[in-house]
Amino acid sequence: MAHDTEHHYHDPMNVTNPEHAEHHLVTPGQYSIVFGTLLVGTAITVGAAYVDMGVLNPIIALAIACTKAVIVILFFMHVKYQSRLIKMTVGAGFLTFIILIGMTLSDYMSRAWGLW
Amino acid sequence: MSTAPIAISNTILTLPDQSTATLPKRNYINAEHGILSWLLTGDHKRIAMLYLFSITFFFFIGGAFAGLIRLELLTPMPDLVASDTYNKFFTMHGIIMIFLFLVPSVPATLGNFLIPIMIGAKDLAFPKINLLSWYLYLIGGTLTLAALVLGGVDTGWTFTTPLSTHYLNTHVLTAATAIFIAGFSSIFTGLNFIVTIHRMRAPGMTWFRMPLFCWSNYAASILMVLGTPVLAIAIVLVALERTIGIGVFDPAKGGDPLLFQHLFWFYSHPAVYIMILPGMGVISEVISTFSRKRVFGYTAVAFSSVAIALFGFFVWAHHMFIMGVSNYSALVFSLLTMLVAVPSAIKIFNWAFTLQKGSITFETPMLYAFGFMGLFTIGGLTGVFLGSLGMDIHLTETYFIVAHFHFVMVGGMLMAFLAGVHFWWPKLTGRMYPEGISKLAAVVTFIGFNLTFLPQFILGYLGMPRRYHAYPVDYQVLNVLSTAGATVLGVGYMLPILYLGWSLKYGAIAGDNPWQATGLEWQIQSPPLTENFTEIPIVDYEAYDYEWLEKKQKEQVTTVG
Amino acid sequence: MDNAIATTHDAGVHEEHEHIALPQHRHHFETEEQQREAGSFGMWLFLLTEIMFFGGMFFAYLLYRNWYYPAFAAASNQLNVPMGAANTAILITSGFAMALGVYYAEVRDRKKLVIALIVTTIFGCAFLGVKYFEYKEKYELHHIPGSGFSVSMFVNPQAFPQYPDTFAEKPLAPDMAQHTQLFFFLYFAMTGMHALHMIIGIGLLVWLIWRANRGEFSEGYVAPIENFGLYWHFVDIVWLFLFPLLYLINRHPLK
Repeated sequence: MAHDTEHHYHDPMNVTNPEHAEHHLVTPGQYSIVFGTLLVGTAITVGAAYVDMGVLNPIIALAIACTKAVIVILFFMHVKYQSRLIKMTVGAGFLTFIILIGMTLSDYMSRAWGLW
Repeated sequence: MSTAPIAISNTILTLPDQSTATLPKRNYINAEHGILSWLLTGDHKRIAMLYLFSITFFFFIGGAFAGLIRLELLTPMPDLVASDTYNKFFTMHGIIMIFLFLVPSVPATLGNFLIPIMIGAKDLAFPKINLLSWYLYLIGGTLTLAALVLGGVDTGWTFTTPLSTHYLNTHVLTAATAIFIAGFSSIFTGLNFIVTIHRMRAPGMTWFRMPLFCWSNYAASILMVLGTPVLAIAIVLVALERTIGIGVFDPAKGGDPLLFQHLFWFYSHPAVYIMILPGMGVISEVISTFSRKRVFGYTAVAFSSVAIALFGFFVWAHHMFIMGVSNYSALVFSLLTMLVAVPSAIKIFNWAFTLQKGSITFETPMLYAFGFMGLFTIGGLTGVFLGSLGMDIHLTETYFIVAHFHFVMVGGMLMAFLAGVHFWWPKLTGRMYPEGISKLAAVVTFIGFNLTFLPQFILGYLGMPRRYHAYPVDYQVLNVLSTAGATVLGVGYMLPILYLGWSLKYGAIAGDNPWQATGLEWQIQSPPLTENFTEIPIVDYEAYDYEWLEKKQKEQVTTVG
Repeated sequence: MDNAIATTHDAGVHEEHEHIALPQHRHHFETEEQQREAGSFGMWLFLLTEIMFFGGMFFAYLLYRNWYYPAFAAASNQLNVPMGAANTAILITSGFAMALGVYYAEVRDRKKLVIALIVTTIFGCAFLGVKYFEYKEKYELHHIPGSGFSVSMFVNPQAFPQYPDTFAEKPLAPDMAQHTQLFFFLYFAMTGMHALHMIIGIGLLVWLIWRANRGEFSEGYVAPIENFGLYWHFVDIVWLFLFPLLYLINRHPLK
């Protein structure tokens, strides 16, 4: 009996720790690949900025930045191996950020249609 | 059965035999002695008590300013104070009441005390951060007092630019710093609650077995964590604008003053829900206990809290309809504002259905809860008026809006806070408050409140603007009524201080479960032990399961017998 | 049967982790697992508040960049791309070292953990060093918002032959040139806030190195390293956005 209570948190039906994720180690090799990718991303960002692509310039710059951020979040910050709770928390943060930007922008954009 | 009258018994209060009853020998209050054991405590219950004393202190300071405001408005002439002194009065009243009382009121006191117990945990997840949050609150409070003593602030609690950045020479920076710091106190409380509710629930305590008080505090915590930092950055920008003139909010340099309002209201509208949601949680507990029924539509009430939190982020620009936001986005924000009424109405209707055919008794917490339901409904419905564009243009910046948010904040939140304090007072202190005079106080508060703020709806509708210290003679009758009501209200708030203080020493011994309630907090001794439970409970019953409670009590009687 | 499974599970996976009560285990948590996950969840929530804190400034940037694009483009071109790019690489390296630090704490390698943390700190300081030179340059050019701010480089770039990049710019109308001040304010506010986070981080790192060197984090208690790692990576991510948004608004053709 004592043994049972001692190990109740291994029971998936148990709610003490339902959002528990198994611990996962990312190896130095994997980190190095991520590191390389991030450096390459930086180089591409700088390179792309010197090429005139019109409206695409900021979009590409932001797309690369987002990709790099996602890579950092997934691997350096281990979110890929985390529980659903952590994933949803990260998502909630960015969602609220988008609400702030989007809803405020809705005012500024509709103040002068077409000028934005 | 359907024709039978609602069973009204006198009370469900069951106290132990007073001739033999004593307080538990060991509890969190006498676990350690000395002032340092309180100032350095990690115990969530002690921190809750520290918060309770500090917010009560600030409540009465804020209340004193309310009294001064009403006194000035007794006569149409500006005869008590000069106009800029009056501006300082309402600013200090707003800042203190909102940031130092309403935002921390229920979460930091009752929530702090009860959430860990309700979910079967020994403490909040981060006790030190909890204590830090109280100290930050104190620093914020002290700075606010400093701003007050040095000569006050007159921006209004909204710090509207460019007024706050360019035109005023008062202690805006001090007050801004105070709010910035108090904001972090609120962030840390919210963060602690979210982690605790996610990670620390006892075995068997599933999300849908949690008391609704936890749900509503959880929803409020989300708002604290995600909203408050936006206020923080807005305040930082105002401070930089004032000190080095950076121009983000200065039209002369290309900035947009409305940007400040967007950032400010992005927090300050959800802040309204930070204030009201925990209060709604209190009401759910009280109504269920005093009608002996599970809260009708538990799941709907639980999700309505989350829905209010979510919608809360989409409606802030309704504070800015007349400030120059685009008409098109005003339409969208107006429509979204209406949506918030839905989850709020879900709560009100579900409480009403909980009462239906319940065995209702009218103890003090229940009286406050009834007060809440009525006043919050009026406050909420007038909110719908103000959310609709056309009406808003007529009513905004008048006393109508003052009456509206006082109905929600004072009639709603403060009633809920007092309901909660009375309801859990036996758990907090181990002693009962005197029932007779507390019922009187509840009734006095209700009458005083209505007398104060109902006339203000009419005043506002007639066009009396807010934030002026003088008004045309025509408005005097209603203003005198309002001031008279404020006096009654003041008495209503003084009474609890007196008799609750009295009860600390002379109140009847309450016993573990005076209200026969089902929450985990009522299954342990009052006042609780330092770590709440002798062993972590295993929860095998649904929330508000009064049959489970009866069964358990019968079993105890048989085992004892 | 259940017990048998539990026992095997226990012996197989948690051989050395279980049954050793860590001194850092706090009594109000049921298990160390629970404590660790509560800590990391709390850190994530704190980072959420950081996202929203920076969010306000990012919106201000977005708004004024669209309103005053020519001023923002011209002012952005005054920033030093090689320095910015180098700083990005420095910060990524620092983050890489931090990630390795978490790994070495997990595998309980005290020496490598300390080295990784020291490398993290060195690169963090290097970042601040580069930033110092960038700020200094702005100071010399009177590009710090406030009373000393000068728009002359934007109204009359041809008066500055000693700066070939500026010399090649088209002059801005005086009213538009005024708005470069907004850009520089946002530049200093955002990078300054970022640098403040770095400074706090480096302070914490020094403390962590001291503790790691005493072997506090190589006995299975890695939560402080892990949570600090989350903070440090978050600060990196902010910079990953700041760099293109501030430095690379309009660099084409070849400016």
